[in-house]
Amino acid sequence: MRATCPECEAEITLPEGTVEGEILTCPECAAELEVVSIDPPELALAPEVEEDWGE
Amino acid sequence: MSVRVSIVGGSGYVGGELLRLLLFHPLVTVAQATSERLAGKPITVAHPNLRGIPAAREVQFTSQDRLTPCDVLFLALPHGDAARAIDRFAELAPKIIDCSADFRLRDPALYARWYGETHPAPHWLEQFVYGLPELHRDAIRTARYVSGVGCNATATNLALLPLVRVGLIDPTRDVIVEVKVGSSEGGAQPGESSHHPERSGAVRSFAPVGHRHTAEVVQELGLSRVHLSITSVELVRGALATAHAFASAPVSEKDLWRAFRATYGSEPFVRIVREKQGVYRLPEPKILAGSNYADVGFAVDEETGRIVSICAIDNLMKGAAGTAVQCMNLMCGFEERTGLEFPGLHPI
Ligand SMILES: [Zn+2]
Repeated sequence: MRATCPECEAEITLPEGTVEGEILTCPECAAELEVVSIDPPELALAPEVEEDWGE
Repeated sequence: MSVRVSIVGGSGYVGGELLRLLLFHPLVTVAQATSERLAGKPITVAHPNLRGIPAAREVQFTSQDRLTPCDVLFLALPHGDAARAIDRFAELAPKIIDCSADFRLRDPALYARWYGETHPAPHWLEQFVYGLPELHRDAIRTARYVSGVGCNATATNLALLPLVRVGLIDPTRDVIVEVKVGSSEGGAQPGESSHHPERSGAVRSFAPVGHRHTAEVVQELGLSRVHLSITSVELVRGALATAHAFASAPVSEKDLWRAFRATYGSEPFVRIVREKQGVYRLPEPKILAGSNYADVGFAVDEETGRIVSICAIDNLMKGAAGTAVQCMNLMCGFEERTGLEFPGLHPI
């Protein structure tokens, strides 16, 4: 089952047994993605968590 | 049967990096390495990391006048020396890879403008292929003579190539590139400015304008309005090019992803680094020390159309010896990655 990353357009293979509402990380751009639909497979950006990244 | 390679100028930093790579390459044998200063001494006198390696024990530095014929000759000499002796070197080997700047430019006039002198062997210039596989892979495969690449030029060329290929840049606007570099770019010869108390901790703007590698960017990318500034920073190895260019039409991050994937999607040694989380979100030279990878990334200011394109390399590897060995693999019909797969270290 393949879906497209909404951030970078990478083709992502969803692991067996993936369910709706699950959170994945894109292997290419590391965006946190929510599985919003299984059939057809669809991903959306997950809500951003607090940033801890700086100088 | 293994390919016999020799290195002229084996005691410098690029020569040492070539020795490190070639002594572990499964398909070649290092026949000779020259150094006038260290002739008769073991190569480990200059390169202590090679101590105890059986293949390294077979090689000691020899003087150039004792060179014998081989299959591939690497030249890692100071500026101008390769060009002055190229006829003699060409008699010793059917294939030559020159790591200096002597044969990088096609046009003798461009050479004269940036190097301030007429080329000593201008009729040789057209026989050399510019040795960046990401630009000239097919020509390198069949070339007898390949020139190495400039480290700052390579970081810049790899940062800008996707923008140029896909036509994202406004050609009427200038492209400005800031390159931060480590101290090994200065070579193994010491000088007052490299004395440790002076160099350590420095952020030295040593070529704000007029850097010679600009010529390689102009030639290879066909950009006339590109400007380099070089700053040495607290690194021994590494170069980071940050290029600022302006888009010809509105551009989004997704456009950049498409351009970078179209250019580098199947390149064995270029990785797109543009991550939304983690510590290393954009290219960082530190984790590339000893590796032949070039990491490229980007950011875009959609309001102004400014594209910031970034490339990190190890200046002695992808910026010099690593790319030279990658070229040798292509010229000899070997798999391109052979002997070059070390991924770097973390933490370092
Ligand atoms: Zn992604």
